[in-house]
Amino acid sequence: MESIINGFQAAFYLIVGLNRELLGIIFLSLKVSGLALLISTIFALPLAALLGLKRFPSQGLLITVLHTLMGLPPVVVGLFVYLILSRSGPLGFLGLLYSPSAMVIAQTILAFPIVCSLCHSALIGINPVIRQAAVSLGASPFQVSLAIIREARYGIMSGIIAGFGRVMAEVGAILIVGGNIAGLTRVMTTTIALETDKGNFELALALGIILLGISLMINFLLHWFQKKKI
Amino acid sequence: MTLRLEINQIWKSYPGQEVFHGCSFSFEANGIYALIGPNGCGKSTLLRICALLEKPDQGEVAFYSGDQKETIDLNLKRRISLVLPKVGTFNTTVFKNVAYGLQLRGRSREEIKSKVDRALQFVSLSHKKKQNALTLSSGETQRLGLARALVIEPEILFLDEPTASVDQKNTEIIENILRDIKKDRRSTIIMSTHDQDQTKRLADHVLKINQGELQLLP
Repeated sequence: MESIINGFQAAFYLIVGLNRELLGIIFLSLKVSGLALLISTIFALPLAALLGLKRFPSQGLLITVLHTLMGLPPVVVGLFVYLILSRSGPLGFLGLLYSPSAMVIAQTILAFPIVCSLCHSALIGINPVIRQAAVSLGASPFQVSLAIIREARYGIMSGIIAGFGRVMAEVGAILIVGGNIAGLTRVMTTTIALETDKGNFELALALGIILLGISLMINFLLHWFQKKKI
Repeated sequence: MTLRLEINQIWKSYPGQEVFHGCSFSFEANGIYALIGPNGCGKSTLLRICALLEKPDQGEVAFYSGDQKETIDLNLKRRISLVLPKVGTFNTTVFKNVAYGLQLRGRSREEIKSKVDRALQFVSLSHKKKQNALTLSSGETQRLGLARALVIEPEILFLDEPTASVDQKNTEIIENILRDIKKDRRSTIIMSTHDQDQTKRLADHVLKINQGELQLLP
C-alpha cells in the first residue's frame, strides 16, 4: 500500500513539475494517435457515406466484414504490420519498422473499422423523412446526401472520438511495430507496461493518471455529442 | 406563368394491393384541391407521385406552363413542394430549417434573411426562429413545414394531411395561411384531408379517390 501512495506522490510531482521525459512521451502519444485517427477518418468517412447512403451489390457483406474488424485484436494487427514492414516483407525497403510511422500505420488499421462502422451506424440511423424532406424542398441527390451527413454530425463525431479512445489506449500493436524505443517510439501505454515490469511505478502511475484524464475528457466529449443529438 | 399538373393513366400497386388503375386528372392552376377518401385509399401515394417523390408503375405525371410541357428535371422539381405529415425537421434552428430550400437554390444571405423572416411571420413562428426545431410542438412543427415549403414560393404546393396531428388553434392558423395563399393566387394547393368540414371551408375542388379512380365531386 505504501509503495502505491509513494508512487502517487512521485507521479504528482512529475506531472506538476512538467517532467521533460513525461511531456515527450505524452506529445508522441497524441501525435501518433491523432495522426492515425486523422488518416483513418479521411478514408472511413467516404466509405461510411457510400455504405449508408447508396445501394450496391455485396453491401451487406462489406458491412459485416467492417463490423467484424471492429474487434480486431491489436497484437494481430501489430504482427501483420510487422510482417509487411520487416526487412523481408513487401514494404521492408521503406525502413519504417520501429518508427512512429509504423505505429501510425498500425493504429490507422485499428481505428478505421471503428470510425467507419460507427459513422455508418450514425448515417443509417437518420430518420428517412429527412431524406424525403430534403428531396421535397428541391435538393439534388448530392445535396440530399449532405443533408443526411449534416443530420448525423453528432453521431459521426461520436464515432471519431470512440476511434481516438481505442487507439490512445492501445498497446499491443504499437509495442510490436514501434519497439518501445526511448525518445523515439515510446508512448504512454508502452511506457506504462515497461515501467511496471521494471518496478518503476512513479512514471507508470503518472502516465496512467494522464491517460485516465485523457480518457475522461474523451468520454465527456462523447457524452456531450450524444446529448446534442437530442 | 403558373404550373399546371396533369396525371394520365396512372397505375400503382403495392404487394397485395392495387392502389390506382388508370387514374387521370388535370389540375388547373391556382385554387385549392382537396383529396378525400378512406384510410389507405391512396391519398398520400397520389400526392407523392404528383410531387415526383415516387414513380407510378405505369402512366405519366406531366407539368405544363401554358401549353408547353415541362421537362421533368431538378429545375422543375424546385418549382413544386410537398409537406409531409411527418415534416422531417433538421436538427438545427427554426430559421435554418426554413432557410434550407433557399440555400439549395444559391440565394444571397440578404434574400434568405428577408424571405425567411417573412415566412416565419406568416406562420407565426418569428419568436421561435432561434430555437432548435426539434423542440417545437406538433402544431408548430407543421407550421414550420409550411413555412419551409412556402419560402421557396412553389407554384404547386402539395400538403399531406396538414392538420391531422394538430390542435384546434393550430388548425385555424394553418387554414388561415392556406386562405391567404389562395387569396394571393401564389400557388395551386393540392391537399389530402380527412376532415369533411375543412374541405367545405377551404377547397375549390373536391376529389374523391374511389376504388383506384379519381372522382371530381360537384
